[in-house]
Amino acid sequence: MGNEIKLKTPLSDEDIEKLKIGDKVLLSGIIYTGRDAAHKRLYALLKTGKPLPINIKGAVIYYVGPAPAKPDYVIGSAGPTTSYRMDPFTPFMHEKGLKATIGKGNRNKDVRESLQKYKGVYLAATGGVAALIAKSIKSAKIIAYEDLGAEAIRELVVEDFPCTVANDCRGGDLFEQGIKEFKI
Amino acid sequence: MREVNTKEIVDVVARLCMDANYNLPEDVLDTIKKAKEKEDSPTGKAILDEIIENNRIAREEKLAICQDTGFALFFVELGQDVHIIDGNFQDAINEGVKKGYQDGYLRKSIVNDPVLLRVNTKDNTPAIIYTDIVPGDKLKIIFCPKGGGAENMAEVQMLTAAHGIEGVKKFVVERVRKSGGNPCPPVVVGVGIGGTFERCAMLAKQALLREPLGAPNPDPKFAEVEQELLEEINKLGIGPMGLGGRTTALAVHIETYPCHIATMPVAVNLNCHVARHKSAVI
Repeated sequence: MGNEIKLKTPLSDEDIEKLKIGDKVLLSGIIYTGRDAAHKRLYALLKTGKPLPINIKGAVIYYVGPAPAKPDYVIGSAGPTTSYRMDPFTPFMHEKGLKATIGKGNRNKDVRESLQKYKGVYLAATGGVAALIAKSIKSAKIIAYEDLGAEAIRELVVEDFPCTVANDCRGGDLFEQGIKEFKI
Repeated sequence: MREVNTKEIVDVVARLCMDANYNLPEDVLDTIKKAKEKEDSPTGKAILDEIIENNRIAREEKLAICQDTGFALFFVELGQDVHIIDGNFQDAINEGVKKGYQDGYLRKSIVNDPVLLRVNTKDNTPAIIYTDIVPGDKLKIIFCPKGGGAENMAEVQMLTAAHGIEGVKKFVVERVRKSGGNPCPPVVVGVGIGGTFERCAMLAKQALLREPLGAPNPDPKFAEVEQELLEEINKLGIGPMGLGGRTTALAVHIETYPCHIATMPVAVNLNCHVARHKSAVI
């Protein structure tokens, strides 16, 4: 396992450069939620040069559709969804200033290359530990696409959100490395 | 003839929806705990620890184990001496899903049409209901909330007799290898062999419901194949969440059915480590 690094959003090129695969990241600050349906809309806006409902410069997008919040909770269970479904949209978003995405499962070649080209990072969170992850979310509000329900874009304030660097800006891939190490 | 009121079905289904989504079956949790002891990867071990801790929180605070509270699948065994009264059986199941997902703060993950509109139905209906008519006067309802991430890794192949058992094994291991971290490993591997195109898919799904987790196929020949496949899969190195390790699968369950002389269909259906299902008998 790598180092434990605390990071605060928005992220800078310098933040990204110091991360390498296997590092455990505790992320704090504002992050945005977005998954399949929201990405389709964001991408359409970006492609036509229209303004986005989020500030994408230095931003972190968390691929999640949370469960509804119980009374006295700020959010319901909120673990990562599978990232490859967002692969078609991610490189262009990195080009426009997105710095990190959080999800589960590996990314395609285009995404990995865009992380190198635009200095970005892909962070893996543990799928299916959604009640645990929700503890690091301190507030949540819908800022766009309320009609999408769980898929609406939310602004989350997180504190020490736990994730691991899965793809860094130097072409490192923790999925590949992990399999290499443990394959019999 | 025994009468069962739809009101009772609604209540039982609502309770099952919440129970299954908050409380991982003990046999699954025990298997995860045992796997942790044998995991060599520090990252893998840490992930299994998170999984165990998450299940404790979900159980204690009555929270969804995973935010993906699934497509509501029902496997119903309806005794032929049961008479359902006071409404429509399928409506009652859907009413129970609506109530369970609403009252239980569970995520609504169903869109109305799969391609063109994809508008959320906002109550997690419709459910998918499979009904078998069996002897007796009981109504058994098995509820399985099936998440989308692992479901996306499923596949059916129409193999032929020439492929033999080696062809089956190769297909299953390859399917798990290609799935990598996507289906939230450690996974449960459901394999259906035989029947027809749709029947083998159904067998693979039903294989995921076998209790307790890891119980062998009653046919020793297939029980042996299950063990071989589990060992092969755990040599792949995928590990918890695909980040490397020994624990890629918790169990392989094979279900079979006779098939046509020209065919040998095989299906693989994966379940994430949140291998949820609960049942009730009315």
